[in-house]
Amino acid sequence: MQIEQNYFTLFGLPESFHIDKAQLSERYRALQRELHPDRHAHAGDREQRLAVQYTAHLNDAQATLKSPLKRALYLLQLRGHPVRDDDRRPMAPEFLMQQMLLREELEEVAASADPDSALEQLQKHVAEVRKQLEAEFVHHLEAADEAALLAAVDRVRELQFIDKMQREIEQLEERLADY
Amino acid sequence: MAYSEEVLDHYENPRNVGKMDDADPHVGTGMVGAPACGDVMRLQIKVSDEGVIEDAKFKTYGCGSAIASSSLVTEWVKGMTLDQASELKNTDISQQLALPPVKIHCSVLAEDAIKAAIDDYRKKQQ
Repeated sequence: MQIEQNYFTLFGLPESFHIDKAQLSERYRALQRELHPDRHAHAGDREQRLAVQYTAHLNDAQATLKSPLKRALYLLQLRGHPVRDDDRRPMAPEFLMQQMLLREELEEVAASADPDSALEQLQKHVAEVRKQLEAEFVHHLEAADEAALLAAVDRVRELQFIDKMQREIEQLEERLADY
Repeated sequence: MAYSEEVLDHYENPRNVGKMDDADPHVGTGMVGAPACGDVMRLQIKVSDEGVIEDAKFKTYGCGSAIASSSLVTEWVKGMTLDQASELKNTDISQQLALPPVKIHCSVLAEDAIKAAIDDYRKKQQ
């Protein structure tokens, strides 16, 4: 049993942002079956230990490729331009302004006359912003020169804000549904 | 994770939450964000002709530590000159609030925000 380090290669996928999700889950299940402890019950200690390590690696790989944000972060890491938490370069002022406004809108949803439709509208808007950022990210990643990769890093830094915003929208959606 | 009493106090009773008119030449606005946690912070100062910060407001979308850090900064800078305020260090904030290591970046964000507000005000004066 050999451990394939690269997450994309592990699932037989090309190294790109857009992936075949059906293939990802199919290959994931197939590899899980292969690694199932029952199959290694008669194997030696070392082999069993390896199967456990491989399973952890497989789960990390699946979680990384399944999430668009984690996938983007991973692609940048593979290109030698990881997004660093200690990167203190300021975000673009227009971007921050937009984020502030979007969060203000979210804050006002619950008190609006029709919270459900207000939330739906906001959700659509944020999804569009995300789509645009992802398209720009893919474009920069494909260009692959130094300046383009730095621009790709910036788009992913922005996507991190959008990702959080979408999680908050989902939380509010659940709260509204509970009423 | 347990928040310190200081953080809880600012989180539950944030000081100086609000917004000032960005078009006012006496107002400086600093906007910052931390990609790692997705927090966004707006910190504004109103500066007198003598260069003293008369008022400060903030709005932060983020965790308790980020809210407390920005709330504390607005309290501190009132009455300071711009030069005094620009010497504020994130370590002053994190010590005062007893922030754990994983939350130090929240105090960094608040330091960046006050510096950005001062820069914005100075640019407006040129």
